[in-house]
Amino acid sequence: MNRQKLQRMLVTSASSVLAIVVALIICAVILLITGKDPVKAYSTLFGAAGETKVLQGMLNRATPLMISAAAVAIGFKMNLFNIGVEGQMRVALLSTAVIGGAVNLPAPLHIAFCFVVAMATGALWAGFAGWLKVKRNVNEVISTIMLNFIALSVVAWSFDTFFRLDKEGESTSLLVKTKDLPRSAWFPDLVDRRLNGMLIVAIVVLVLFWVLVWKTKFGFQLRASGANAGAARATGVNPKKMVLISMLISGALAGLVGMRALMGDVHAYQNNLAEQQGFNGIAVALLGRNHPVGIFFSALLFGFLGEASGRLQLDDIPKEIVTIMTGIIVLAVVIINEAVKRWDDRRIQRRAAAMIDEKMVEAAS
Amino acid sequence: MSEQPLTRGDFAVELRGITKTFPGVIANHDVNLSVRPGTIHAIVGENGAGKSTLMKTLYGMHQPDEGTITVDGTTRTFRSPTDAIAAGIGMVHQHFMLADNLSITENIILGNEPVTSRGRIDFAGAHARISQLMTTLGVEFDLDAPVASLGVGQRQRVEILKVLYRGAKILILDEPTAVLVPQEVVELFVTLKRLVAEGATVIFISHKLDEVLANCDEITVIRQGTTVAHTTPRETDRRGLAELMVGSDLPDPSGRETSIGSTTLLEVSGIDVEGSVSGSKLALDNVSVRVRAGEIVGIAGVEGNGQFELCEAILGLMPIARGNIALEGRDVSREPTRERINSGLSYIPFDRHREGLLLDAPLWENTFLGREDNPSLTSTVFTRRRAIEADSRAIIERFGVRTPSEHVPAFALSGGNQQKLVVGREMASNPKVLLAAHPTRGVDVGAQAAIWDELRHARDNGLGVLLISADLEELIGLSDTILVMFDGRITAELDPAEATPEMLGTYMTGEVQGVRS
Repeated sequence: MNRQKLQRMLVTSASSVLAIVVALIICAVILLITGKDPVKAYSTLFGAAGETKVLQGMLNRATPLMISAAAVAIGFKMNLFNIGVEGQMRVALLSTAVIGGAVNLPAPLHIAFCFVVAMATGALWAGFAGWLKVKRNVNEVISTIMLNFIALSVVAWSFDTFFRLDKEGESTSLLVKTKDLPRSAWFPDLVDRRLNGMLIVAIVVLVLFWVLVWKTKFGFQLRASGANAGAARATGVNPKKMVLISMLISGALAGLVGMRALMGDVHAYQNNLAEQQGFNGIAVALLGRNHPVGIFFSALLFGFLGEASGRLQLDDIPKEIVTIMTGIIVLAVVIINEAVKRWDDRRIQRRAAAMIDEKMVEAAS
Repeated sequence: MSEQPLTRGDFAVELRGITKTFPGVIANHDVNLSVRPGTIHAIVGENGAGKSTLMKTLYGMHQPDEGTITVDGTTRTFRSPTDAIAAGIGMVHQHFMLADNLSITENIILGNEPVTSRGRIDFAGAHARISQLMTTLGVEFDLDAPVASLGVGQRQRVEILKVLYRGAKILILDEPTAVLVPQEVVELFVTLKRLVAEGATVIFISHKLDEVLANCDEITVIRQGTTVAHTTPRETDRRGLAELMVGSDLPDPSGRETSIGSTTLLEVSGIDVEGSVSGSKLALDNVSVRVRAGEIVGIAGVEGNGQFELCEAILGLMPIARGNIALEGRDVSREPTRERINSGLSYIPFDRHREGLLLDAPLWENTFLGREDNPSLTSTVFTRRRAIEADSRAIIERFGVRTPSEHVPAFALSGGNQQKLVVGREMASNPKVLLAAHPTRGVDVGAQAAIWDELRHARDNGLGVLLISADLEELIGLSDTILVMFDGRITAELDPAEATPEMLGTYMTGEVQGVRS
């Protein structure tokens, strides 16, 4: 690895860490204003890091976030803002619960089948937004937001009308669900009932994401389209095709987001399943700078904050402070990244100029 | 202006020891400039020599780090252009700042509206003053006509009126002739000379030596950010001035002993391209162009007369409504852009920032752009990073791109080096046909010579080039045939051996048409 690249990586990570520190400081001020002790709050919060159970919970929570952040990031790489991961995930959840529950296959095949169904459904839902953008030039931010609402309503209605199980009056659970998935479609745990194996899938997704975007011709064209659509077009990259393909990939990943909850935990669809995990992916992708390594660590952080927030209540500190904190982190990331980028750009420009001067002096002597 | 007494000091404008630094660009250091009142004073220098930085300092758009500005004998500090305007300095920018849908009067008074006692805009008063200024300038406009109805030269006249209306006695014109055809340039200088006769002072920024020598009273040469010489047209000639600008002996512009091959590489036959607004007139109307091996076909024309559409159509980025396009005798009219590129078509785009570069990406990604199907750089699916970087280093070396390494983002390079990188990339794949749109636009003389050499060398090895340029000397010097485009049509075919810039200018305005001069 060369020096320039290393420096850029350091600057990038430093700016994300700085954003987190700023958010912690602002939250401390908020705690002080509300009459709570920030030192106590933070020591409770981060003190939980020593507990195995909390760490397992962190990994569990981080699993879907890694996938949804990858779904968002692949769009970002070509300047597409897919806010619809939540909706795409929801549609995929119900379709997988229903279709996956209707077949019987040997375990590995059944799991693969469920994945295919989930990814296809997610891609289909995101494909609408891509198609609208390509055909009618509809901004994907608007269309994906609208498709989120449609997805939530359509899924809630069809679940309620066709697929809920309690109609036969035999369900004793408090939450209404669909029929359970057959055991062959259950994704195995790494640590029984504590840590689900979907974590491995999430990490594989991140690795594949990295290979696709940074190592393949397609990935280069994707990044080129995002960096300068005009230049990519002039070299024969079809911008419409790129929009459609990246939306489909993004949607397919979005379809996988809910699978930890569905196949690894509840094993049936219910209305609050995997809620917010699509939206939270946007924040994780932002903090992780759309890079797989960054996404991995931000997902862990968000997972940890979510898992440890419960502890705060024991100290009579509202756990919503964690929600506030994540919100501030996202804002701080956006602001600080931009400021750091400007500073870094100037630094690179100055240094390039200086190095050119040096070269010329050398050549002259 | 004529009623006001003239300056008392020796100089209308005097700059002493001006220094201004920016990261990464040649700004100014120790610039000295003395402009006598009532003269046209030219500031000449290569692109990037620091002319614009200097003028922005004088117009108050930024403050110098060191040095003094003296206007009419008084030392001034300009915090903003408002201060400069108050001191009687006005600037006519290269890109006009006019609102198309407003009338000429409205544009001139915009931001400086005279008000009647009842609080309304005093149009009658404005008309009277502008009419007076028009008499001084020797121009005539229907002041109620919208600016949209004016041509480029007329718009420039309106800009000058606007500046005079604000009371400017010292006018800065930033490359005013860049957008004009030769006849309009002549008219501009007639206007400027009248102004000077009335007591105004004109500071004229340019790198076109002929017009500077023919029309200016004094000349200051700026090179690498500092003023290196002060001279007059009587004391120097074109070559002397150019050498002052470059600081060394000049490359020879011509030198053409071509052997045009017999194979036709690019054949555009009677294509139509529809205008951007449906139902409007055609952007390209029955255009035919043939480029043979070892031939450079130049396209002359005022920008916006179909040159861009012609390139887009040949590349397959714009659909053609009629006619066809063949590469090496094979009809490619229905093929996608990428396939045409892979069969040996290459493109130096009109605007390197909008279509040529990924500014935030490192140079090695920029030299790779558009070459993803090159088997030495990629496999079927994956990119080969090492090979791409080595290839990038080779391009940087061969074209003398000044950069610390191939890992620097493209935005860190100067404009000339960015252009060299784009040209280098397009030549690196050994294309058969090159569409070169303004290949040396905004590059310094050294880089220009290097790019010309590469083009000639490639042509001698059988490359066919379609050269689009606003630099008429470049067109005449490089081309084997010159076609003139006007209003979406090819209106003339000229022999560069007989063509002069003035003659091309006549054709470019659309007044004269014809085949073979």
